[in-house]
Amino acid sequence: MRGEVTLGPPGPPPTGLGRFGAFGGRFVPETLVPALVELEGEFTRAWADAAFRDELAGLLGEYAGRPTPVTECHRLSERLGVRILLKREDLTHTGSHKINNVLGQALLTRRMGKAEVIAETGAGQHGVATATACALFGLGCRVFMGAVDVERQALNVFRMRLLGAEVVPVTSGSATLKDAVNEALRAWVATVGTTHYCLGSVVGPHPFPWIVRELQKVVGEEARAQCRDRLEGRDPDLVVACVGGGSNAIGTFAGFLDSPAELVGVEAAGHGLDSGRHGASVARGVPGVLHGARSLFLQDEHGQIAEAHSVSAGLDYPGVGPEHAALAASGRARYESATDREALDAFSLLSRTEGIVPALESAHALAWVAREARRSIPEGATVLVTLSGRGDKDAAQVADLLAAEREG
Amino acid sequence: MTPLEVHLRARRERAPLLVPYVTGGFGAGWTDVVRAAAAAGADAVEVGIPFSDPVMDGPTIQEASHRALASGATPASIVAEAARLDVDVPVVVMTYYNPVLHAGHERFAGSLADAGIAGAIVPDLPLDELDGWGEAATAAGVAPVLLAAPTTPPERLVRIGARTEGFLYAVALLGVTGERRDLAPEARGMGRRCREATDKPVLLGVGISTPEQAAEASSAADGVVVGSALVRILLEGGGPEAVGEAVAELRRALDRAGPSGSRP
Ligand SMILES: Cc1ncc(COP(=O)(O)O)c(C=O)c1O
Repeated sequence: MRGEVTLGPPGPPPTGLGRFGAFGGRFVPETLVPALVELEGEFTRAWADAAFRDELAGLLGEYAGRPTPVTECHRLSERLGVRILLKREDLTHTGSHKINNVLGQALLTRRMGKAEVIAETGAGQHGVATATACALFGLGCRVFMGAVDVERQALNVFRMRLLGAEVVPVTSGSATLKDAVNEALRAWVATVGTTHYCLGSVVGPHPFPWIVRELQKVVGEEARAQCRDRLEGRDPDLVVACVGGGSNAIGTFAGFLDSPAELVGVEAAGHGLDSGRHGASVARGVPGVLHGARSLFLQDEHGQIAEAHSVSAGLDYPGVGPEHAALAASGRARYESATDREALDAFSLLSRTEGIVPALESAHALAWVAREARRSIPEGATVLVTLSGRGDKDAAQVADLLAAEREG
Repeated sequence: MTPLEVHLRARRERAPLLVPYVTGGFGAGWTDVVRAAAAAGADAVEVGIPFSDPVMDGPTIQEASHRALASGATPASIVAEAARLDVDVPVVVMTYYNPVLHAGHERFAGSLADAGIAGAIVPDLPLDELDGWGEAATAAGVAPVLLAAPTTPPERLVRIGARTEGFLYAVALLGVTGERRDLAPEARGMGRRCREATDKPVLLGVGISTPEQAAEASSAADGVVVGSALVRILLEGGGPEAVGEAVAELRRALDRAGPSGSRP
């Protein structure tokens, strides 16, 4: 089956100027508007172009290793009393779902005749994926990364540099993902004629939330078909994914929107929702505009954006993509959270019960399932969890955290 | 025509316009800095209302914004202090959209109007998203000032020129605010393009720092906005007097250059 990737038909575009309900839009400096208009046009044409889709499907198969399997977790299921299936994005080339988006955007970059790509990264997975695609296509690559994340994701920094990318540490603000996006936007303002900004999640100005969702929905489309094969034509009862900006979750949900499955996004509760140190933008955010879109953001009473916190760099972001804000408002999806502690426990739990080391981001989705299996999830329910990435990048950080805990 | 535009039109006949920028709330004496700038020959003053994530600003204004916020400045406190400035030139604020949205369009526009502020620049709110804020500002008598960029296509530039009030902010280069060694090669072309697109006053800003650059830029526009060069003086410990001297020097250079001549 490897190398046989079928892309589903294009999903519904946003309405108006990139709107998902009351959210989305294009709130950017004038300098960037023409580039976003160009990108929107180029993607609209490319996405309707069989040759583009075939080339992308070919790359997703031969290069990225799609389709990724759905794995039944026998020991974990027994342990938790619910039936757990994992959609294995950790098995893609570069080790997370980020590669799906990046290969599509690299093809777009080439179509637009641009020679350089810039990107932001939190956990470094999007940066590594971007650096990888740029190596593959011979494009220049600059990745902006918060200085805090450069520290806690050192392995990925090395990988990016190995792949020929320039990694630019960002020290402003909280020196994490939010600030990396700011700096990438500033760099794009200065180089917009020759550079494509390869945004890594379903955030940012229109058309990014739409493009990234379209490029990630292969995850949900595959998973839907794979679940039906395995579940005698049924859909899972719950579909669960972690939410940073929300790209793996939206890609997963896109395949199940018209199914009866309950959709659950899991945000980072950090030290706890009432600690003021978390990344739960749906749970605790209010409507606002940051990084080009109207959505839900953590902010103070004056409209200053708050610093997020999560043990996982990929969820350490004070906002969420506009389509998630719309799904939360409509009630089609609900948004829950898991703490740093719970995620660390789930990190170990999956490793020991299934021999799969999850990314700390993905561990949040598992952590919520592990907790709720004892509470709100009916016994015997079938739960599909998107394992958005593998945990190699987190091994050193978790080892340090656990050692520090032992020392008390 | 808004009072801001009337004022700038009258002033541009005499010499190129000079609009210094000062980060509001940065230092206890920031209002004295604004007064010094006004007294040194500014035609209007731009007051920054800091935002946590200023994507159109380079390191200098980022740092000043950060320090202002860290010292407890808020949009409301800055507007309240601006209301007591008592300068004889118009004051225009520059902020980002989230604080505006958070306060509410009508409420924010009303608070600016009550403080006697003549206009507002919101660089992350382009023409296509202007509606709610633009209407509220216009209704309150606060000029919504739009930006044009070197990347703006001609037909769009005309629409921006038609919608902006007070003046048109012409971004003089591809990039964010901050000092540059030389005037950007695209600056003067940008000024000329904007003046072809609108007869409202055109101010070139971003990357204009020295008196020489200001004079050179002003030959293709109605005037200039100078920000980072002044804010740097404050970051380096200078006060109202030092900023006033720098503004006076810019003033002299622009006066020597003379009015930028007939419009196309
Ligand atoms: C493995 C993994 N999962 C999830 C995320 C969060 O991003 P998103 O919410 O866009 O899927 C990241 C981001 O870095 C990641 O690396």
